[in-house]
Amino acid sequence: MSVLERYEPLIDDPEAFYAACERPLPAAVRVNTIKTTVERAREALAEAGIEAEQTDWHPGLFVLPEAQAGGNWPYVHGWLHGQEEVSAVPARVLDPQPGERVWDCCAAPGSKTTQLAALMGDSGRLVATDNNMGRVSALRSNAERLGVTNLAITIEDSRNHSLKPFGGEEYDRTLVDVPCSCEGTIRKNPDVLEEWSYEHVEGTAGVQKGILRRAIQATKEGGTVVYSTCTFAPEENEAVLDHALAEEPCELVEFDLDLESRPGVTEFEGEQFDDSVARAKRIYPHHNDTGGFFCAKLEVTG
Amino acid sequence: MSDDVSTRFDRLPATAAERTVGERATREEVLDWWDERFGIDPAVFAEHSFWERGAGKVWAFRGDLESPVDIEGLGMTVLRTRQEHWKPTLEAVQRFGHHATRNRIHLSREQAAAFMAGEDQEMEWDGDWGYLIVTHDLAGEPEPLGVGLYTYDELKSMVPKGRRREL
Repeated sequence: MSVLERYEPLIDDPEAFYAACERPLPAAVRVNTIKTTVERAREALAEAGIEAEQTDWHPGLFVLPEAQAGGNWPYVHGWLHGQEEVSAVPARVLDPQPGERVWDCCAAPGSKTTQLAALMGDSGRLVATDNNMGRVSALRSNAERLGVTNLAITIEDSRNHSLKPFGGEEYDRTLVDVPCSCEGTIRKNPDVLEEWSYEHVEGTAGVQKGILRRAIQATKEGGTVVYSTCTFAPEENEAVLDHALAEEPCELVEFDLDLESRPGVTEFEGEQFDDSVARAKRIYPHHNDTGGFFCAKLEVTG
Repeated sequence: MSDDVSTRFDRLPATAAERTVGERATREEVLDWWDERFGIDPAVFAEHSFWERGAGKVWAFRGDLESPVDIEGLGMTVLRTRQEHWKPTLEAVQRFGHHATRNRIHLSREQAAAFMAGEDQEMEWDGDWGYLIVTHDLAGEPEPLGVGLYTYDELKSMVPKGRRREL
């Protein structure tokens, strides 16, 4: 637990935090409203004899205490997608509307991409980018299984994303769910801390800053950018936001979320961050019995 | 990348009069095919543009872009053309098949399980031979599951290997 101990100064109840991090996370599924309704999916799960608990904060998310997400009839029809609770947060915060132009700049394997498509009613235009061919195959397979047709996929480094294939039009909204050190997934991947190093955090933070800056540039004035990670490291969260606030025309905005969370931190290990990063939300495993997550909402101001 | 045909999408010409690539299907032919084979009204695809990547594989994209476009994916693969009998994809049938009014074959739960496992099954069918939309009941209504090929008293499962499941 030595890596997690560095976050002890940020956490209200470290013992509960450590205990939660050691409990495995049950499977969860999101209902794919492109192909069915929440009500029919619930009926199909019951028909299959699968116990499913609707989450309080998101009516289309079910926790499956005894079952895996795949291998059942509603799944093979593309009515369900395996997606843990906190992973469903950023697309809801981005709140894309039917008909809008939306960019998911770190998209594969597509859980959040397909959620965005469903929120858009499979209309408008959704561009999904990833830099890894193998992961893009998984993204395509998931998108097709879930019946998504408003999606264009590019393979490139998001820091150099080109709007040219899309007529040069800026996006209404962009999701920046960046690669990170993933400590928040420890309940799914207990080995995640074995590969942790401070050098990796620093390197990753550099990439995150570049991607967030390009996302802000590619989004129209007045548009929305959501930045999210599954790490607790302020270097990859508040410090990245602080950098974007200094370098690009944007501001952090408040948002509602029906999950217990803590505000972004304005100081860590002697580093100070812009006061407005407190508008971001930190989600810890022991508060809602979920994975760990970080989410911030920005408005583009220029 | 622009020389790599595998990532180049070309929008289908609207009609044969606008065709510049010999064997490329037209939008009109694609709409007529869904209508004639399955009774799916062309209006179902009113918001979609159709694209070819490589030789024969047709994709449906909600919206439009300037053609050609060099990109990794554009909507979903819906149809294999440039062969005698055009073949719909499982994904297209699951997405649009509930609009079909003919050439739908309804299976019991047991038959549907064998179909999803990739098994061919003997069964009666007094309609056309060829590609059929396979349905079964889910949550109280018939739901399209995939594509079957009916010939000689047998329904062959066309479920791609990667989508097969033992249920």
